[in-house]
Amino acid sequence: MTAVEDAVAVPAGKDPLGIQHARLPRWTPAAVAIGAIVLAVVAGAAADLGNKVQVGLIAGLLYVVGTFAVSAAVEGVRQAKDRLVTVLMWGAFLIAVIPLASLIWETVDRGKTVLDADFLTHSMNGVLTIGPGGGLYHALLGTIEQVAIATVIAVPIALLTAVYLVEYGRGRLATAVTFFVDVMTGIPSIVAGLFVLSLWIVILDLGYSGFAGSLALAILMIPVVVRSTEEMLKLVPNELREASYALGVPKWKTIVKVVLPTSVGGITTGVMLAVARITGETAPVLLLVFGSQAINTNPFDGTQASLPLYVYQQWANGNQASWDRAWAAALVLIAFVMILNLLARGIARWKAPKTGR
Amino acid sequence: MTSTPVETTDRPPQAAGSRISDQGTSRVGDKVFLGLSRGSGIAVLVIMGAIAAFLTIRAVIALADNEGNFLTTFEWNANAIPPKFGIAVLAFGTVVSSVIAMLIAVPFAVAIALFVTHYAPRGLGGPLTYVIDLLAAVPSIVYGLWGALFLVPHLTDFYVWLDEYFGWTKILSYDGTAPRSLFTVGILLAIMILPIITNVSREVFAQTPQMHKEAALALGATRWEVIRTTVLPFGRSGVISASMLGLGRALGETMAVATVLSPSALIRPQLLEAGGGTFAQNIASAFKEAGQYGRDALIASGLVLFVITLIVNGAARLIIARRKEYSGADA
Amino acid sequence: MAKRIDVSGLSAYYGKFKAIEDISMTVEPRSVTAFIGPSGCGKSTFIRTLNRMHEVTTGARVEGKVRLDDEDLYGQGVDPVAVRRVVGMVFQRPNPFPTMSIYENVAAGLKLNGKVRKSELDGIVEKSLKGANLWNEVKDRLNRPGAGLSGGQQQRLCIARAIAVEPQVLLMDEPCSALDPISTLAIEDLIGELKERFTIVIVTHNMQQAARVSDRTAFFNLSAVGQPGRLIEIDETERIFSNPSVKATEDYVSGRFG
Repeated sequence: MTAVEDAVAVPAGKDPLGIQHARLPRWTPAAVAIGAIVLAVVAGAAADLGNKVQVGLIAGLLYVVGTFAVSAAVEGVRQAKDRLVTVLMWGAFLIAVIPLASLIWETVDRGKTVLDADFLTHSMNGVLTIGPGGGLYHALLGTIEQVAIATVIAVPIALLTAVYLVEYGRGRLATAVTFFVDVMTGIPSIVAGLFVLSLWIVILDLGYSGFAGSLALAILMIPVVVRSTEEMLKLVPNELREASYALGVPKWKTIVKVVLPTSVGGITTGVMLAVARITGETAPVLLLVFGSQAINTNPFDGTQASLPLYVYQQWANGNQASWDRAWAAALVLIAFVMILNLLARGIARWKAPKTGR
Repeated sequence: MTSTPVETTDRPPQAAGSRISDQGTSRVGDKVFLGLSRGSGIAVLVIMGAIAAFLTIRAVIALADNEGNFLTTFEWNANAIPPKFGIAVLAFGTVVSSVIAMLIAVPFAVAIALFVTHYAPRGLGGPLTYVIDLLAAVPSIVYGLWGALFLVPHLTDFYVWLDEYFGWTKILSYDGTAPRSLFTVGILLAIMILPIITNVSREVFAQTPQMHKEAALALGATRWEVIRTTVLPFGRSGVISASMLGLGRALGETMAVATVLSPSALIRPQLLEAGGGTFAQNIASAFKEAGQYGRDALIASGLVLFVITLIVNGAARLIIARRKEYSGADA
Repeated sequence: MAKRIDVSGLSAYYGKFKAIEDISMTVEPRSVTAFIGPSGCGKSTFIRTLNRMHEVTTGARVEGKVRLDDEDLYGQGVDPVAVRRVVGMVFQRPNPFPTMSIYENVAAGLKLNGKVRKSELDGIVEKSLKGANLWNEVKDRLNRPGAGLSGGQQQRLCIARAIAVEPQVLLMDEPCSALDPISTLAIEDLIGELKERFTIVIVTHNMQQAARVSDRTAFFNLSAVGQPGRLIEIDETERIFSNPSVKATEDYVSGRFG
């Protein structure tokens, strides 16, 4: 290989310390890449491999092996290992980008075909599922109501629990709460759905409703908000609390007037991220809200639609018109979640406790 | 736990003296506030207890009438008379798809986390972290839709290729039908949990003390050797617990599996071919047709899933706790 | 094995900020050279340019020459990784690898360089620990974690780790600033022994320490905050502390500022 001959030569006898190493010239990776691609194409043609992906794989493999071999020959095995790992890291990153980029691309590309003002402002009431038309207004409405109710239930409980753990929590109860909050974080959403199903619908026989879905979503939301709020409260310096106590302010007022306002930015961020998460939850909504074609503004009575559930049901219809609607709804859902995430992170940055010196 | 003496002992005497009447009301305020916050903590415990209790109640009712063996029966005919159902297929499918997901996702996640923290060009690391954060927030139903309508048709060629060279293993043989299989589910789950595992691993890697990395550098270590001697040992337990979190999510994932998998009551070694099932997928798919009894049966299978995820998450927590002790001794 | 260091016209930058400017000096072999000066004068930056650790920080770069027995450390084709094997370094805070045992810590540098036979490795580890005056304290617990030692012992472990790869030069960046007086004394004694074998450069905040351990002392200063640090003078330690040629040095060593 030419790269070997072109390597920066070390003048003999000028390096008593042994600190000079032959380095591959900067164009080596490009040369190895071209070599690998040419070889792969030739080999592919010779073996009659019609598949471009296969040729690409062979080229990639040749590049990895080639880089290691050239580097080992010129720079030594240690440097070669370093280069090998660097190539593998880049490779892993690039390979992982493909599906994730495709996910976003496909959703945007296919979603925009039917996404317009009509789609956003109409329900599926009276629309034939095998034909085009209709929209997701009813689903959007349902999701907003369900998520809002879940937030109203979960946030006070979660905030107070976090306050308890950080400001009061000592002893067995606090340990148990900490442990079970962690356990709760890991509950699959469908299990939360089954729990509300067994209690609310099977045992109490209160029927499907948006509110039943909200209960399950609240269960999923509580541990997330507790965790993030806890982290934020822990960041409040103790000096601040002590300063407040020293002024004779009682503990509860210190918490309400000093501790919580100091960390309000971080807490808001945590709540918004949790809202984003439960907005996309489908499984509990499937079990508890059941879905509907028409607008139902009352979350406490009767089945409702919901955005993620709408995506699922449109997909399950199994025809192109429905799939178009599913992609469009998925795009709306992603956009909503992303915007919420970006806003939340923006607030986190804007309200971050100043750590200047 | 009950005594909160700070406000009485730390208060300067003159303040206490001048506002003695105020102290009475603040005591009430403190009591109410403590009661509220402790009550919320207790509410969390009650919810957890209620979940276990109500799932168990319905599960016991369902299991009492089951004609099949709950653990070994393949089919799920909970609505039949007499009902006959078991979780063998579901357990197999859940474990297999999650294991495939982990085998793919963990190496990639570690590599990408290292890439972001140590290899990415300057100025790229920060934005990448942001993007990974956002990807972790994409709802699973969107992954499901993409998996069913994009990934599945695009995997056929790959599976034909796998079959050509590795078909003799049986596991990777392929009959050419739409690949709505456990293996596809595994790939999709891997893509889904990749951002989560990457994120947690990245955070741990980024915390590697600079002084340890400099110690390795000063001994004449290359970049990879610095990572091998300091970053990886430091981050190992963090990566393990991150993987457990990802595993927990893969085990309980519902919608992405329900959209991609074409279920059947069979346990077969041909993972590329359609068939099988998972706990969560079965619940979502069978729910619509389930009667009263069928729902209880599904709740029973949900209880098993609940217990499995509890064990996985508990293990992750133990590892994290051990790590804390370790770093405590270190400081 | 000890080598002379010749620095000429050396400046170091962090991005656009120039931390040190135009430093030229000679560090004699088999001796201890101390760097003193007020905070921010660039002495730590300077010592890190001597084994090319400075450039590890993103955006950091160096201009000028550092010659080790006539070979330029910043010359073309020089591998910074190889430089660091020739010029060892001990840091401000003891930093043994937390996941490794005492033995593994000392052997870490050797293992990076390739396969060494176990028996040979045992010998080098023992020799290095003896060289760092730590052998007697740890010989019965070589397989225990290095992080379990006291601060002073950890620092001597780091010295053992640095000398195990047989460098030509040993750089010490405030090696005692995190230690108690007794541990400091142990390290200072050790420096006195190590200079028989190595060229030693030590940065210190403590003027008494510079007076005690060093043969030559270099004084660094900066004209104002935000300005680059400069070498004011370098001379026999005795002269610097009794009769320096520059007024600023006298002011500093007599405690009038800094």
